[in-house]
Order: sequence, then C-alpha cells, then structure tokens
Amino acid sequence: MLDNFISPYDASVVEKMQQAGIVMLGKTNMDEFAMGSSNETSFYGAVKNPWNTKAVPGGSSGGSAAAVSARLAPAATGTDTGGSIRQPAAFCGITGIKPTYGRVSRFGMIAFASSLDQAGPMGQSASDCALLLNAMSGFDEKDSTSIEKEVPDYSAGLDKPLDGLRIGLPKEYFDNTDGGMNAEVEAVIKTALDQYKAMGAELIEVELPNSGLSVPVYYVVAPAECSANLSRFDGVRYGYRCEDPKDLNDLYTRSRGEAFGTEVQSRIMVGAYALSSGYYDAYYLKAQQLRHLISDDFKKAYEKVDVIMAPATPDTAFNIGEKTDDPISMYLSDIYTIAVNLAGIPAMSIPVGFAQDMPVGMQIMGNYFEEAKLLNVAHKYQQVTDWHTRLPEEFK
Amino acid sequence: MTVSNGAWEVVIGLEIHAQLATKSKIFSGASTAYGAEPNTQTSVVDIALPGVLPVLNKEAVHMAVKFGMAIGAEVADRSVFARKNYFYPDLPKGYQISQFDLPIVGLGCINIELENGETKTIGVTRAHLEEDAGKSLHEDYAGMTGIDLNRAGTPLLEIVSEPDMRSAKEAVAYMKKIHTLVQYIGICDGNMQEGSFRCDANVSVRPQGQEEYGTRAELKNINSFRFVERAINIEVERQIDLIEDGGEVVQETRLYDSVKNETRSMRSKEEANDYRYFPDPDLLPVIITEEYRQQVRGELPELPEQKQQRYMDELGLSAYDAGVITASISLSNYFDIVAKKTGDAKLSANWITGELSARLNREEIEVENVNVAAEAFALLLERIKDNTISGKIAKDVLDAMWNGEGSADEVIENKGLKQITDTGEIEAFVDEVIANNPAQFEELKSGKDKMMGFFVGQVMKMSKGKANPAQVNELIRSKMK
Repeated sequence: MLDNFISPYDASVVEKMQQAGIVMLGKTNMDEFAMGSSNETSFYGAVKNPWNTKAVPGGSSGGSAAAVSARLAPAATGTDTGGSIRQPAAFCGITGIKPTYGRVSRFGMIAFASSLDQAGPMGQSASDCALLLNAMSGFDEKDSTSIEKEVPDYSAGLDKPLDGLRIGLPKEYFDNTDGGMNAEVEAVIKTALDQYKAMGAELIEVELPNSGLSVPVYYVVAPAECSANLSRFDGVRYGYRCEDPKDLNDLYTRSRGEAFGTEVQSRIMVGAYALSSGYYDAYYLKAQQLRHLISDDFKKAYEKVDVIMAPATPDTAFNIGEKTDDPISMYLSDIYTIAVNLAGIPAMSIPVGFAQDMPVGMQIMGNYFEEAKLLNVAHKYQQVTDWHTRLPEEFK
Repeated sequence: MTVSNGAWEVVIGLEIHAQLATKSKIFSGASTAYGAEPNTQTSVVDIALPGVLPVLNKEAVHMAVKFGMAIGAEVADRSVFARKNYFYPDLPKGYQISQFDLPIVGLGCINIELENGETKTIGVTRAHLEEDAGKSLHEDYAGMTGIDLNRAGTPLLEIVSEPDMRSAKEAVAYMKKIHTLVQYIGICDGNMQEGSFRCDANVSVRPQGQEEYGTRAELKNINSFRFVERAINIEVERQIDLIEDGGEVVQETRLYDSVKNETRSMRSKEEANDYRYFPDPDLLPVIITEEYRQQVRGELPELPEQKQQRYMDELGLSAYDAGVITASISLSNYFDIVAKKTGDAKLSANWITGELSARLNREEIEVENVNVAAEAFALLLERIKDNTISGKIAKDVLDAMWNGEGSADEVIENKGLKQITDTGEIEAFVDEVIANNPAQFEELKSGKDKMMGFFVGQVMKMSKGKANPAQVNELIRSKMK
C-alpha cells in the first residue's frame, strides 16, 4: 500500500532523537501496518530470527528486534499495540520497553489502534533502553493524547538496590489453566524470579481476575480503531492506486483489495462489523467497559506490589509458517502482553534464559509512569546475569 | 397550493451548518481563508498523511460555547468528538471528526416573529462541532473529478432544531434569526454565497390534529433563504400530492434543484451509510468548567433582541423598525452611524427601513456592499432636516448617489435641486396656479379640503419639486382668507 510512499515529514520521535544526536541507520521490516505477531504479514516477506533462521522473530516490530539481536544496530525503535515490542524482544533475546500510554508522542507513527499504540526503545540492555527512552519521551503538542508530565532521567536511577521490592505474580498467568505456557519457559521464568528473590525482592501472588478477557477485548477494540485509521489509504492522494479504475467504487475496492494483505483486510472487516449500527453496543461499547475492569485489576494489584512479573510469551519463537493458518493460536501468543496495552501501563521484556534453544523473555509490568522503576529492576538483574549479552552463534 | 392551511400540517426541522470564523482550521494550523488556489491551504493533517494527529483549535470551542450561551442552552461539562466513517474523495481521512452522542451544546431555544406579529419559540436540540470536508469539482475535468482540500478541516457548528416549524416561512424566519445571531456574536461571517452558512431541512406532513409525525424527507445543502422557502414549499406539495394520490412518503435524502424548482431523490434510507460512529481516540473529551461558561457569558455582546428593545426604549423606534434594523448586524451598525450623525433616530430609521432597504432588496445586495457609506447617507438626511431639499427630492438625490454621482451636496449642487425657501418666489408660483385654476380655488375656499392636495401638487410641479412643501401649504392657506 505504501511501498511507493516517502513521508515528507518526520515523526516527533524521530525529530527528538535527531535533536539528541542519534543517527538513523534505516528502516526495519515489520508486519503490515503492525498487524501480526510473527512478521509474516509483511509485504516484503518475513524477517528471520537470528537465533534460528527457521523461526520467526516475532511481531510486529520483528525487524527491529532481529536487527538488535544480530547487532546490526545498537538499538532500535518499535511500536507496541498489543505486545509488538515485548514479544519480538522476547523471541530475539533483547530488551524492549513499552512506555505508559501518552509518555511518547504518536505523531508520525502510522496509527493502528490509536488508544493502544505506543512507541518505545528496543536495545541490548535496560541501560541502553533508558538512554533511548530519555530521548524519545515527553509531551508533544501535536499529539493530544501525549501527557504533559515531566520526564525523569531514566538513566539516573538504574542502580538503586532492589531490597524490599515487592514483585507481584499474577495467579491467572502462573495457574496456567489454559495450558498455554510451555513448561521449559515456566522453569526459566521461575529461575529468574529466584534470582530476584536472592537480590532482596519479595514474591507476592496477585490476582488479575479479568485478564482472561484481554484477548477478546483487544480483538474488538484494536480492529475497530484500525478500521477507521486505515480508511485514509484509499488510493486517492498517495500510496497504491489500482490500474484504470472504472468508477469511484472500483477505485476504492480494488486499490484497497489489491494493496492490503489478508491480515489487514480481515481486521478492517472485523472492526467495521464491531462498529456497525446494531452491534456497537454489544461489541465496541462492551469491550470498552471491560477495558476498565482490566485496568482496575492492575490498579488494585499495584496497591500491594511495585512491579508485576510474568513470561512475555507462553512459548519461545515458533517456526515460520507454523501458525499462519491458525490465527487464534497466533493471537494467543500475545496473551500475556495485551492486557498492558488495554490498561495503558508500561511494561518491558528482558532476556532471562533459553528454552528449546531459543531465548525466553520475562515481562516486567509497572504502574503508570513507572518506567524508571522497570528499567531499574531490569538493569539490576542484568548486572548479575549475562543473558542480555548472549549472541546468536552466526553473529558472534 | 393548500400548504399548511388545508387538511395537512407541515412539520419542519432545520440543521444549519455555520462555518466558524476561526483563523485556522479546527484540527490543524492551516488557514481557513476563502478563495485561495486549490490545495494551497492544506497541512499534512488536512490531507491525512499517514501518522498525523488532530489537535483541537481552542477558538472553535470558544465560539461554540458562545453560541450556547447566546441561546440560553446547556453547555456540556464534557463533550466528545466522534469519527463518522464514510468514503468520499474530498474526505481525506475516510472519516469526518464530528460529535455524536455527546455534543458541546445541548437544548436551547430561539424566538421568531410570525407574520401576525406573534412570537414563537423554536427549540434548538443541540449544536455540535465538526470539521468540513473538501470540495469535489466535477465541471472542469472531463471524466475526472478535481479535489480541493482547502476547505477540509474548516470548523463548522451544526445547529439542529426541534421539528417545531409549521411552514416554510417559519423555517426562513428561524434560519434568519440564527443567521443574525451568529454574526452578532462574531462566530460566523454569514456569507451564504461562499457557503459559510447553509442548511438541511427535514420536512414532513401529517393530517391536522394527528400527534404522530409523518415520514420525513431531508433536503440537503440549501444555501439561500429564498431557496429554503421554495424547496420546502415544493417538497410539501410533493408529499401532499403523493399521499392524496394514495402513495406513501419514503424516508430519504433529496436534493433541491433551484433551476427546475423541484426536489429529487439522492438516496433512500436503505442506501444510507452506516457511519459507524465511535469516540475519536486521538482527541480528549472537551471539558467546560462553570468558570469558563461565566467568562464566555460575560463576553457576549448585545444580542439582536436586546438591541431591538434598546432602540425602542431609548430611541423611540417602532417595534417594526427596530426589528428590521436589528435583523442584520451590518444594517444596525449602519443605522447607528446615521442616527448618531443626524441626531434623529426616527428619521434615520424611516429612511433605512424604507428607501435604503427597498434598494437593497431590489438589487439583492447587503448593506456592506453599497457604495453609499453611512456617513454619506447621514449627510443626505441632514439636508432634509435643514430644508436644503425635500424628502421627495432626497429620493432622487439618493438614486444619484447610488449611481456614484457624488455626495448629497454635490448632487444637489450639480442638478440644481436646492429647495426654494424664498417666500416671494414660492408666492409667485402659488399666484400663478390660483390664476390658472379659478374654479378649483373656489371649491377649495368653500371647504373642499381635498383640493389642497391638487394646489400643492401643481405648485410643486411648477417648481420642479423644489419648493418647500410646508411653505407652499402655508401660502395657499393665506390666499384663501
């Protein structure tokens, strides 16, 4: 759709990073319009995972994750609507953080689901992510949903000791009632949690009773918003236009039908359906109400704990083509990351070991605007472990 | 035609679109000025490039609140922008940002004057903020359509009335009232040719006495008062004829063709778009505090009805004159200057509602486009007051001024229209007329007062209208003794 399009303006995030002296090396591949969990929906074909070129790098920011993992770039940016920074970071063994909704300007990011989208850094370590987040964050008058709140120096508090840190472990995730969590992954996560315990943290069970609703809620809200956000790609002003349109309707249907991939088209269809007259109350409105319940779960949990930890993904990177015919299973690979976007809280993924010879990412979730605490918690772990320094054999 | 006084009652509601007079667009910094080269007043936001976001123009909110205050409406503590989804080439995002279930202005009302002099209150259901679309130009591009996005993103206030109007005349009176009001409070320039003020009319008919509304048709995008009246009347006629012939009105959108003076179907309810409204996640809810409402209320200028009352109370104008003058902010501004300069509000009002308005109506122009400035008009009236010319001659002088022949004094001088006030000169005319009409003069003397007009007329004619009529009267009476 946008193969022939070069933006005549810079995103606010790009401007900010350039002001900070950061040099842009290039663009990385991703799922089409950020819709995908494996990079396989990309118009340009799927990126391969540097740890195993048969495996996917995750998505949607799979190109960024693979580039950092293979050390093609010291760090990269990603966008995260339902896990698109954290899931590929986990699959590729790197560190990535999705900030609080409103922390980083969305101006210049192609909108997928406006109320969920957030950009963030992906790097080799928490301290690298802190540097990049310093440059990216802050209020932008061009984005009404960016928040006017002072940005702390994320590098300054990295070394704070973790004594007395209260880590919440969501019962619903670790119960593994749906049987989705791979046993080897679970074992790696438990080892990482033991490490935290050894560093003075306290592990506390918390409840997120509505977490099971996250995936269905997400797959109403995100497609609904995307169905409107992607209407501008209509073949009229820029981007792809079909050959010799017969009339206006033909111009629209063929330009969009020919240029959008099937995943994008199916999400637009689902979203348009959810917003249709007669269905709006049952789907979109209901989903927004449930979203509040999901947020409230987190608010309640953070009364008892400082951060919440869980796997970033139920399993390690799957093989290219393995799940393309099974969208539900593909959607479930984001089961632990999606609730964070619905609530708008910050969360990150850090490498904590290997299962099935592939990297395992642990997710650290924080309360609103507590990016500094997340980075501190991640950094301290990376001071006593070396998972984040591991390189795939071919890229050593 | 048996509209509204036969067996049928007409029910009309209007949706007025008033373009807000902000300098920049509602969600971008691009200019809203009219008439620029196509696509030169468009920012990356207006053309909906990937990644752009809307930022609400505070002044548009201010203007909407002002309108709400002016009609005594509830201004919502919290209102929400929503996306109205449909595809059209002049709608760059594929959705229009509007307000749906939570508009900024809630229920209010406005009074209109009926022809019988009574006042009727028309409910205003709501008024909401939205962005205008661009323009599609079909004429100049064979087989193609040109798109001009200069207008895309211009702020609009959509003012929705209750179905309270019962005739086309009432609808026009309401529309004019809103038209006057938005100009008084400075939120819209009211320019209908440029499309700054336009309306859709919802029209239905029902048997007299029936509670339930008939099925309505929506007449789209009418941009003159005359067309509103004609479009509604022709649509009412169509609906009545249809029903009386055993047919049924269908809910649909119709277009008024002013050339053929007919309405025709654009799309039926079945073909209507499902706009899939939902709250725009790019924009925060608009929060209006009581403090802000008070502040805006304090900023309101004198409103038309207040001004009308003041003209009556302080200047002694009739309700009619005061009403005509205050119905247009430009006319009332014109009046204020003329009345101040002449020091004679009544004379000024008479001439402005009479001679000036007649000429404006005849030429279908607004007072701001007249080449007789208020000061020049005042001078003309001063020449009546100081007896330089009579009122009758003044009309000819005004015609000459209208045609650009100079100021009142120049016209009077050049055409030799100065009134004759020399008693001797007038007496000579009087004597001559009496000498020429002895029989009629006898009748006059015998008490036939009607003959007075004849003699005055003859003297005026002989003096080419320049004799002072009061003096003529006086001299004739003195001759009767």
